[in-house]
Amino acid sequence: MKLEPELLPALKDLLYRMADDALILGHRHSEWTGLGPILEEDIAFSSIAQDKLGHAYALYQLLHELGEPEPDRVAFFRDAPEFRCCHLVEYPNGGYDFSLMRHFLFDVAEQWRYYLLEQSRYEPLAQLARKVRGEIKYHVFHATQWVVQLGARGTEESHRRLQQALETAFPLALGIFEPSDYEEVLAHSGIFPGEQVLQQRWLEGIAPILKQATLKMPDLSDVVPAYGGRRGIHTPYLQPLLDEMGEVIRSEPDAEW
Amino acid sequence: MYGNLSIVEPLVGVEQEDPEKLAEFEERIARGEKIEPTDWMPREYRRQVLRMVEQHAHSEIIGALPEGTWITRAPGFKRKLALMAKVQDEVGHAQLLYSAAETLGKPREQMVNDLLSGKAKYSNVFNYPALTWADTAIIAWLIDAGAIINQTLNSKGSYGPYARALERICKEEAFHLKYGYDNVVTLASGTKRQRQMLQEALNRWWKPIMHFFGPPDNMSVHSQKLLRWKVKMASNDEMRQMFLDAYVPKIWELGLTIPDPKLRKNPETGKWEYSDPDWDEFWRVINGNGPCNRERLAVRRMADEMGAWVRRALLKPEKQYVAPLF
Repeated sequence: MKLEPELLPALKDLLYRMADDALILGHRHSEWTGLGPILEEDIAFSSIAQDKLGHAYALYQLLHELGEPEPDRVAFFRDAPEFRCCHLVEYPNGGYDFSLMRHFLFDVAEQWRYYLLEQSRYEPLAQLARKVRGEIKYHVFHATQWVVQLGARGTEESHRRLQQALETAFPLALGIFEPSDYEEVLAHSGIFPGEQVLQQRWLEGIAPILKQATLKMPDLSDVVPAYGGRRGIHTPYLQPLLDEMGEVIRSEPDAEW
Repeated sequence: MYGNLSIVEPLVGVEQEDPEKLAEFEERIARGEKIEPTDWMPREYRRQVLRMVEQHAHSEIIGALPEGTWITRAPGFKRKLALMAKVQDEVGHAQLLYSAAETLGKPREQMVNDLLSGKAKYSNVFNYPALTWADTAIIAWLIDAGAIINQTLNSKGSYGPYARALERICKEEAFHLKYGYDNVVTLASGTKRQRQMLQEALNRWWKPIMHFFGPPDNMSVHSQKLLRWKVKMASNDEMRQMFLDAYVPKIWELGLTIPDPKLRKNPETGKWEYSDPDWDEFWRVINGNGPCNRERLAVRRMADEMGAWVRRALLKPEKQYVAPLF
């Protein structure tokens, strides 16, 4: 496909948002390694983290093909204001309750995002979407199983914790759908139908699962979405994460590692 | 990453076993048969194998900590993904090994409790810190190399579930070794600072590596029966010699210096000679006074406490504990 030059900033913005989300959440998930509540969850979170890193790499690679620097350069050398991830992925892991709820809310959105992108007029992204959605399916399966188990089939304590985690994570999750300056361009060009469409699909996707988990979804009208991330305004948690992530590679920036 | 009865406890009460059954048991092992969970076995065999497999499982999850702390700092996608996958493998080994140990009748929860209380041991090497990225490279190459030596031997051991778990583990460890070596070669052929970082890491890890196979044979006198029962497959000194034979030349080939001026292969005996690697320190560390013992257990305890509510929510009170058939 020949990409009209005026579409380029819109496409890059979309790809950066997606790639940065995947990178930062993959990084967070990887922090569970060795610390999970049971060994099996340790292993599961690591697998999901590896997939996320893989998605981030593939998206940075698409950006590289559009003229951006190489994936390692983009991922490990930028500072927070240059990142376009949402606040949800930046938050520290907290307990398993918050990490699980974040994983659930994020991956249902990812599943729909990639579903919509399978029809993208930008063929390299459509191709990637078809591949990635097969993996996200398992992430959603994993998250759903646990949310229902701990929400509806566990203890009073696990139910209470999940409800609290949902209330904490929900406004942050709405930040996934922070509209960009390019919503119309992306929709008209057939690259991506837009964050509003995605948010609607997401709400319809999580509602029945939360119901099954006997969790009460916060009322949308009571919630202020955590916007800012898509414009480079971040939580105080992001920069320290990036400093840590870049600590070794930045110590000898031109060396092979 | 590690499995070996490096410190052998004296065997007790073997003489009280039924002599006929004991003889039959030993004949089976001599014929190369595997002992399975429901087979008759001397109480002491059960105790020693359980202790070994349990220690091995603990070593895998504690071993995930020094390397795991570098996942968030790994330089670049390739290394980050590889290290994540490697440490995940180690946790997977723990899962496999706890299951193998459970076949001998001790539930995983109880084993974890014994680890957290300090009653159960794990490999000493994980009580040392991984101070730089180069430390992770040395661990992945040389500690995993040591592990492959003892695990390949132990996979020929007599207890079926453990031997089968090890066969699978060794296949994964072979990849870790390649990853570690690739990482070491990259640093060795890198900038001056990278080479220096690598040399310093090797200096730090040499003593723990020499300790890795356990105290010298003349310090542990109870091995014979365990060798006959194929619980131990080679003596500590034999394994240390195998390691030195295979890896000292490779380390030298990379232009690195091993911090032991006495290290040499005696051409007459064909054996490696080395300085005393400070066995007092080995005993200090194994008895809980190494540089990271307290930190490692504190991290495990924190993880255990943080996850307790999840495990409570999974418990089905009507279900009984059943040892898995492996």
